[in-house]
Amino acid sequence: MPVNPELQGRVFPPVAPYLVGREKIREFARAVFATNPINHDPDAARAAGHADIVAPPTFPVVVQESTLAQLLAEPDSGIDFSRVVHGDQRFSYTRPVVAGDELTATLTVSSVKTLGGHSMVTAESEIVDASGAHVVTAISTLVVRGDE
Amino acid sequence: MASIDELAAGDVVAEAVFSITRDSLVRYAGASGDFNPIHYRDDVAAAVGLPGVLAHGMLTMGFAVQPVVDWAGDPARVIDYQVRFTRPVLVDAEVGAQVAVVAKVGQLDAEAQVARIDLTVTFNGETVLGKAQARVSLR
Repeated sequence: MPVNPELQGRVFPPVAPYLVGREKIREFARAVFATNPINHDPDAARAAGHADIVAPPTFPVVVQESTLAQLLAEPDSGIDFSRVVHGDQRFSYTRPVVAGDELTATLTVSSVKTLGGHSMVTAESEIVDASGAHVVTAISTLVVRGDE
Repeated sequence: MASIDELAAGDVVAEAVFSITRDSLVRYAGASGDFNPIHYRDDVAAAVGLPGVLAHGMLTMGFAVQPVVDWAGDPARVIDYQVRFTRPVLVDAEVGAQVAVVAKVGQLDAEAQVARIDLTVTFNGETVLGKAQARVSLR
């Protein structure tokens, strides 16, 4: 089944808010070899002008994950998960993610393209804080391999 | 971190080599929530036609920017970061994988005080990320 072209432009309901914990940031930072004190030490983070420790640049993938699960669970998506390869990834920040943030992600399928039997689905998860202000947008392009 | 006037396109601002082991993959799986077994089980990787267990692309993306973070001095200075996943990083059960990162100035925007840092990320002499670019605020 090919990817449904009508997915393009579809906006999904926001996922449940994600509370960013200090220990979660530290755990993620250790996993990506992030050793900067601002990722681990609240005093260092405050000295640099942040409210609490700052998450590594790719941390929002943790928040984005539940939005991609929505996309893959969409009954009419036509996306066969076993054929999905991660093509591209981007994070565009308005401000850094810090411990204590309550983040809410909303997924939009910004494009669906077919190229030589493969489909490319670009999914943008816009992540806002508890006040509704933009924090970061996580953009994934998923390549769905066609039949070989 | 340098001020933008002291930088020129092509300058190498940071270099590092990361030693990735199967333990690194399990740790990243737990931290990220990505438990796809191709990242820790040889039998599953083989069953789907892969040459071996692969690092999560998002793990490679995650550590490749760290030399830039340390150069910039603050993770918050990375205001935009993108990569294309072009080749897998195979992580041998015994010897792991060595992944090298070279970070160079790609472009400078003096008005916005933003440097685009281009990353060259290699494993076994081949690049594994394409168009790997971090925008760093130097304000």
